[in-house]
Order: sequence, then structure tokens, then C-alpha cells
Amino acid sequence: MPPPDKTLEIHTSPHIASGTSVDIIMRNVVLALLPACAFAIYLFGLTALLTLTAATLSCLVTEHLLCRARGGASTLGDWSVAVTGLLYGLTLPPGLPLWMVVTGGVIGVGVGKFLFGGLGYNAFNPALVGRAFLQAAFPVAMTTWYAPLGADRFTSLPSSTLTFPFASPVYDVVTGATPLAAMKFDGEVTAATELVMGLTSGSTGETGSLLILLGGAYLVARNMMNWRIPCAIFVTVFVISGIFYLVDPIAYPSPVFMLFAGGLMLGAVFMATDMVASPLTGLGCVLYGALIGALVVVIRLWGGLPEGVMYAILIANAVSPHIDGLIQPRVYGTRKPGAR
Amino acid sequence: MSTFFHRHQSFGHGVHPPESKADTCRSKIRQFPFAPILVIPLSQHMGKPAVPVVRQGEEVLRGQRIAKADGFMSVPQHAPATGIVRRLGLVPSISGQMVPGIYLKPHPGSSQETIEGEPCDLATASADEIITAIQSAGVVGLGGAAFPTHVKLQPPDGQSIDTLIINGVECEPYLTTDHRVMLEQTADIHTGIRYLLKATGAERAIIGVEANKLDAADALRAAVPADLPVSVEVLEVKYPAGAEKMLITVLLGREVPSGGLPVELGVVVVNVATTAEIGRLLPHGRGIQERVVTISGGAVGRKGNYRIPIGTPLRFALEQVEVSEDVSRVFLGGPMMGQALSSLDIPITKGTSGFVAFTAAQTGDRPNEYPCIRCGYCVDACPIYLNPCELGLLAKNAEYEQMADDFHLMDCFECGSCSYVCPSHIPLVQRFRLSKAIVRKRRAN
Repeated sequence: MPPPDKTLEIHTSPHIASGTSVDIIMRNVVLALLPACAFAIYLFGLTALLTLTAATLSCLVTEHLLCRARGGASTLGDWSVAVTGLLYGLTLPPGLPLWMVVTGGVIGVGVGKFLFGGLGYNAFNPALVGRAFLQAAFPVAMTTWYAPLGADRFTSLPSSTLTFPFASPVYDVVTGATPLAAMKFDGEVTAATELVMGLTSGSTGETGSLLILLGGAYLVARNMMNWRIPCAIFVTVFVISGIFYLVDPIAYPSPVFMLFAGGLMLGAVFMATDMVASPLTGLGCVLYGALIGALVVVIRLWGGLPEGVMYAILIANAVSPHIDGLIQPRVYGTRKPGAR
Repeated sequence: MSTFFHRHQSFGHGVHPPESKADTCRSKIRQFPFAPILVIPLSQHMGKPAVPVVRQGEEVLRGQRIAKADGFMSVPQHAPATGIVRRLGLVPSISGQMVPGIYLKPHPGSSQETIEGEPCDLATASADEIITAIQSAGVVGLGGAAFPTHVKLQPPDGQSIDTLIINGVECEPYLTTDHRVMLEQTADIHTGIRYLLKATGAERAIIGVEANKLDAADALRAAVPADLPVSVEVLEVKYPAGAEKMLITVLLGREVPSGGLPVELGVVVVNVATTAEIGRLLPHGRGIQERVVTISGGAVGRKGNYRIPIGTPLRFALEQVEVSEDVSRVFLGGPMMGQALSSLDIPITKGTSGFVAFTAAQTGDRPNEYPCIRCGYCVDACPIYLNPCELGLLAKNAEYEQMADDFHLMDCFECGSCSYVCPSHIPLVQRFRLSKAIVRKRRAN
């Protein structure tokens, strides 16, 4: 027997859904980041584990407390802050004093995300906002790098990790220049195999290029990442730096070096692709990626800093809404894009 | 899989919802019994309601005209059963409003034979006579829109029709009425095409069928008479391939201008079930008194395709197909565009291609709505390349004029693909429906 009408549920169409969800996407991004995290811990040991943990926890706690302070429900359930926390941790140098890690996490989520209005409204990638703050506030700590695969990395912590807040960190284990710094300041080229395998100094999670690409490929396969953005970045960096390398192979690094050194892989695959802060359309994403690639080359080759991925992405984040304003899909039945 | 080796024709964007057609696509069309009372709205079509020509207490014969067309943008209604007119009055409608209609009580003992009218002879009838016969038969688009068919067969002055497209795509999940009609009324379809070609003066007809109905495409192809300029084209399975604009673009490679009609391209699109009805009714001078309806969904015990008298209340229909007690949502049409019902007292009308009953387990809990994360899924889903993401934000801010002027809101045909893919579960298409209504109202003032 059909039921009385009052038990019928009214809902507007469509009555079915694809089953995807923001929290599912974010959980998959976390999953895709895990290989890079594991590699970071393998390379740098306990300090990497503590950095990643402190970074993630500081972001989670900040978001939770700010939501509560506003009087709303906690938004931890959408998992986006977990992505931010892990990504933020992966961009930090191993051995960075944990109080600095926590400070940057609070700034990244508090200023970079919450003040803008939370998920969906952050103009900039919050993880990079946190890192940019640290870069400005603690330039020395942010550019002191440990050599990977230290003998006692799983048994002891470098003393800098546990530096008391506001005290200057002391570096007691072997430090090493990143491939980009070695190139920029000493003109030394890192061997290609070491570079590609990621056995170099660098931020906690930026060196494992192949694992980063693996994570990215997983997300692309699940349609949770716009592949055009990293591809546009890679192609632009490769082409521009390739031209300079052809002109003068001694003064300029090779395009392969440019792709695998520093934070380019991590930035291109996981940072630039932040859905909120990147363009909507395919062509927009290509332009956005090309802009990032060009800025990376400019900063790396002619800037005062050895690395420029973070600033390149932040600048492109700012440009992204304008790219969306310029590039609209051509509506069916109209001649010109956006024609009225 | 044949689709693996042969890529079928398609359009850009679109979505791939589960087809859910296996439960009913092999179920032959079965005749439905008469309900104790039939509820016949006078407006089952777009345009002006029909005008009753019967009185309360009058005996009518099945197939007899009981309401006449009120002008050009209107069609008559025919008695779905031999019986007695119980009452002229207000009947429930899907909008929740009561609308004018006729209550008809079928005679239980009657033979229910259909009376015949004046046949429309294909060989001798002129184009105008065919068009009049189509209107007299009460024919409207049976795909769901219920637009009077005779109206679109007459191009405005200065325009002509060279191509007739028969829409056998049926891209809505669950629905299989067109599939069954193509298999079981193949000859009626080709007869209908003859009438339509003559009525429009079109030189050729193309039948578009989605690749999940290859048996229907084969049956239609095999039955094409040698003298009939008909081709059958197979389309990739993708929603909304059956939308008029998408179908035209796939088959002809041309786009219907924004705000325009297919006739501007010399094309008219007619649903395949409508075509079959024309082929079935006109040779006998009959009118539409029943239609094929898919009844499906998890709450339905006897899923299938049924030829159901117009005016059968849904409550009666659901009883007949043994709907389970945990039914939680019933909607007319398919799950992508179908309208949910608040009452089971409304009747099946000419535009009812099917209805689906979901259990509570199928509808599930209402998911969390998240903020828009600008993932762009909706932008990649919209078959007409609108920007639902931007439109959704503008709708939230009540910027209706900008939506219409800068982002082509009025071109949206509400297929629901954007809502279907949205990971934030934002009811995008519902916002657009409301926004369109607001813009229309403002422009009318």
C-alpha cells in the first residue's frame, strides 16, 4: 500500500548525486601526500616526523578553536585543514624549531584561511601564507638545511628542533646547502640521479619528486586534480630555462635541474592546484600554470633568493580571480566567449 | 564492448550517472487496468487549457473527445475510458495547486473498445490537414515537455524545415519507455515519420538513439522502408544527450543560437514516442487516451513498462505495481530532471514518461552542504558551457540581472548536471530555476 502523503519527502531534482564530496576529495589529497611524508621521515628522521606532526596539529587546533570562537560548528570534518597542515609541514626545513612551526601554522590558517572566510574563500594557499610569514620572520632558520640520511636521525633530535621560543636555534649536526643554493651561491651542480631520487638537502617533503608525481598521478586519475596546472608549470619552466641553457650552459642550470631541484614538484603538484585559489576553466589553468612557471624561472635565475616557487604561486593566486574574469567558457550558441 | 572499439558521436561536457535501466528495459509494455476513477486535467500541455464539451453525468465512450482545443496553442482531450462524467471541477496537480479537470468513472462492465474518428489518409492528406489531425489527436511532446506537437511543425514565416530529428535518446536514468516503444512499435514510428515528413516538408529524418539501446537502433534500421529517407544514428551514452540542443549538435554539428529555436537551423525535433503515437493514432482518427510509462525505483515491486490510461491516479498505479511501505520519495520523470511529488492523488498525464519511487535507503540522508571550493566540476559538466560556479555565487547574492546579462542564465535548460557533480552539494540547478523565474517576472513587468 502506498503511504499517506505526509511521509513523502520533497526534494528538488536531481534526485541522484555523483557521490563525490569535499571531504572525500580532501581525504584523497591527504592519502596522495602520504608517500612524500614517509619519504621525508626516511630522509630526515625524527625531526621530520615532529615537524609534520606539529605543523598539522597546529593547523587543526587553530581552525577548530577559531570556529568555536566564532560560535559556529567546527569545520575539521571537511578535511581541508588537514591538507593544509600536511602541505605546510612538507614545505618547512627539517630541524626548524617547533615553536616556529606552530607559529606559522597558526598564521597560515588564522590569517591565510579563517580571516578570508574559511574554506572556499581563501584567496591564497594557506599553507604558503604560513610559510611566507616564517620566511619573512625567521629568514636564517628558514634557510638552514640539514643533510639527508644522517646516521642518528632516528635516535636523536637536532637541538634546533626543540629550541625554546624566541631563543636563537643552535645547529649541531651537519648542515648542507640545497641544490638550488649550491647552484646559486657556489655554482655547484648536484648530480642528476641524486636530484631525481631526492637524496638531497631541502624542505622536509620537497625532495621526493617521484613520490610527489605518484601522488599527483593518483589524484589526476581520480579527477581530483587539474593536471593542466602542473603540466603548464613544467612545460613553461622547461622551455624558458631550456632556452637560457642552450644559450649559455655554464651560466644557467639545465632545464632538468630546474624541474627536479627545490620545491617545484611539490609546489606545482600540490600547492598550485589548490582548487580554491586556482582558476576554473581549462585555459585559465594553463595560463595560471604558465605564469607560475615563468615567475619561478625569473626568481631563481635573477632573483636574490635561490628558490621562488612559493612567491610565484602566491602571486599567481592573486591573479587567479582575474584570469577567471577574463576567460569564460564559450557558451553554447554564442559566437564569442562571453558574448552577450 | 562495442563502444570500446567504436567511438559513438557525442557532445562536449555532460555527466555519466548510473543508467539504472536494466530493471525495466527488457520488460515488455503491459496494459494497465482502469482505476475506479480517472482524473483528467484540462491542461496537460503547454499553452491554453482545453475546454470541456461534456456535462456532469454524461456517458462517454473511450476515445471520445471530452474537451476541445482552445485556439492554436492548445490541444483537445479524449476520454481514456468508457464511463460516466462524475464531475467537472478542480483536480490536484503536481504544482500543489488545484486545476480545472474532469473526473471520469469507467464502467466496469464495458468492453472498453475505442471509438474511431475520421482517419487521416497519408496518401491524400495535405500538410495542413496532417497538422490539423495531429492537433485533433491531442498530440503533445511525450518526452515530458508536453509542448503541442502541431505548433512546432509549423515554422514561422520565412523559415522552413529541411531536417526532422526523431529523439530516441532517452538519456534519463531509469526510464525505458522510448526504448520499449522503439522495439515494439517500430512500424508505428516509421508511419509517424511519414506523416511528419509530409507535414513539415522536411527532406530527411534522422533517428538518434543512445548506444545503450543498440537493439532498438538495429530494429529501427532493419524496418526502414526503402522509399523513406531515414537514417538511424547511435550516440555515446552520456547525459543529457537527449536534450534538444545536444542532439542537434551531435547529429548536425551545428549549434542552436542562444535564445533561438531549432527551426532557425531548419530542424524540428520530435520525441520517438510522440512519433509512434502519431503513426498509431492518425490512420484511425483516434486521440491520445493512454501512454507508455516506466515505473521503477527501489520501492517498486513490479518494475516495468505499462500502457496506462491518462488520468490514472498515481496512488492507484503504485498499488498495482506493489510499492513497498518504506517508499520515501516519488518523482515524475527521471531522477535528473523529475519533479518530486507531495501527493499521490495527482494523475498520470500526457507528459508523464515515467515515475520512480525511491526507498529511504536510496534517498539517504541529506548530505552536508559545504562552501563552493571552485573545483570546476560544474564548469566541466555543463553541456552548454555555462559557468555554474559563478552563476551559483551570483544567485546567492541575488545578482539576477548580472546572471542573465553576463552569464547566459536564460540559456540554462535545467538538466541538473551541475548539481549532480557538485562535491559541496550546492543545489545549483534549483538556484538557477528560481533565478530564471525571478528574471522572467521582472522582465514581464
